[in-house]
Amino acid sequence: MSAAFINATYILSAALFIFGLKQLSSPATAVRGNLISAVAMFIAVLVTLLSREILEYQWIVAAMVVGGIVGAVAAQKVEMTGMPEMVALFNGSGGIASLFVGWAALYNTGNTTFTIITVLLSVLIGGMTFSGSIIAWGKLSEVMTSSAIVFGAQRIVNAALLAVLVICGVLFAMDPSLTSPYFYAVIVLSLIFGVMAVIPVGGADMPVVISLLNSYSGLAAAAAGFAINNIILIVAGSLVGAAGIILTNIMCKAMNRSLANVLFSGFGAVKTATKVEGEVKPIVADDAYLILEAAASVTFVPGYGMAVAQAQHVVRELGELLEANGAEVTYAIHPVAGRMPGHMNVLLAEANVPYDQLVEMDDINPRISNVDVAVVIGANDVVNPAAREDENSPIYGMPIINVDQARTVFVLKRSMASGFSGVDNPLFFGENTRMLFGDAKESLSSVVAEFKN
Amino acid sequence: MEAIFLAFVLMLSIFLGFELISKVPATLHTPLMSGANAISGITLVGALGSAGAGLDAWATWLGALAVIFATINVVGGYMVTNRMLSMFKKKDSGSGGKA
Repeated sequence: MSAAFINATYILSAALFIFGLKQLSSPATAVRGNLISAVAMFIAVLVTLLSREILEYQWIVAAMVVGGIVGAVAAQKVEMTGMPEMVALFNGSGGIASLFVGWAALYNTGNTTFTIITVLLSVLIGGMTFSGSIIAWGKLSEVMTSSAIVFGAQRIVNAALLAVLVICGVLFAMDPSLTSPYFYAVIVLSLIFGVMAVIPVGGADMPVVISLLNSYSGLAAAAAGFAINNIILIVAGSLVGAAGIILTNIMCKAMNRSLANVLFSGFGAVKTATKVEGEVKPIVADDAYLILEAAASVTFVPGYGMAVAQAQHVVRELGELLEANGAEVTYAIHPVAGRMPGHMNVLLAEANVPYDQLVEMDDINPRISNVDVAVVIGANDVVNPAAREDENSPIYGMPIINVDQARTVFVLKRSMASGFSGVDNPLFFGENTRMLFGDAKESLSSVVAEFKN
Repeated sequence: MEAIFLAFVLMLSIFLGFELISKVPATLHTPLMSGANAISGITLVGALGSAGAGLDAWATWLGALAVIFATINVVGGYMVTNRMLSMFKKKDSGSGGKA
């Protein structure tokens, strides 16, 4: 097939990508949107395969079969709680693919300096995305420590690394021979740079990193598109790049921090928050049941702890019992609850909670004083009133779900240990707060059992 | 000129991406991310060219590796997004999906 026909088909494919992304913005049409986007991908791949430029198929077929099987099996097997890790790995795989595409483009004849620069960019962004994603995966799956790794001269080391990388890039661009040691140096340095970029980020800041890496994987594809002069790579890659930047921005806003602060500062280094003192009021499942039984409106506020305890199914069961009991039930979700954007929503959807019961922070806060019981499950920083009141708190200014203003608050917690940020939570000492200590899943199961009796 | 033309496409696509995504509700952030991630597997189209163009043996190898990783990204990304999205249900639309 001629190049003109292929490019014309790419236009169709680009239009379908755009249409698919648009449909992804409503739960009612999202499944279709994803399918449309998959069709767009299929069309783009198909016309490329039929191109005259492709002479041999044996490698392509073998590679696609291998990749297809690995991808399909991974997608089917992954648990919903393991979704952040899976997304990180898929990101990494897109990144390394763009690195290889850029690298292979060096073997094309008649490359201009501009092409060489775009090759270097696809290697840099692709390499960073790959190694950064592997580190993110390691942190999320707790193969390595999930806390921030910071050391004294970190910024100096990073700046030096970047400087050497740029120098090697320039030296290569001036003399782009296939065997140039500078090119290999750029590959290695990009991989190291990706590692250095992600290690200083702590576990609770992972939603930002995952969305940023998502953006990079798109930009890497766009850079590869420049390197091989392929317009569909540029269009699709930059759509993804933009999507990732928007999500990153939303996550940063939800933490009231700048991107630079998330990426470079290693949270929790300085802790000078006002010490909170007071008495906690523990409660047992029997009493919790009596209060919930009398409640007319109940809001669940889930956090990463719900994912860890795998408590989403029992939460939904309790929610249904409360509804049957005549209460209005909602699930209030903070934008950065969990380890990636929308993490809690997916877990609750998996447990068959209808999406119209999931409400955002800005919707619940104005009416939280009318909520009889707010049940906090494994969330801490996102409900910490210190963010609103204590100017000395490291999380001061972060928007929170104001559960302390509900009539009664139940906090399900393993023990009195502080949250990820290591900040004390005055909520636990509140007048209207009752602590339900123990494993969230077991505590909730006992309440559910009471309801059924 | 070619480079300028491509840069134009890049600029317009980024703005379009901003417009498209800024309206997505928080509930759909995870599927949006994995769906967008699958789209970034478009680099597969480039990989096919490198793997099958009968270039130098090493370039073909690089292309084949790129095809493997990009296919993982595309196939895995779309399938996992579909799995997640089919779990999102409105009230009273019956149960189903993964219990």
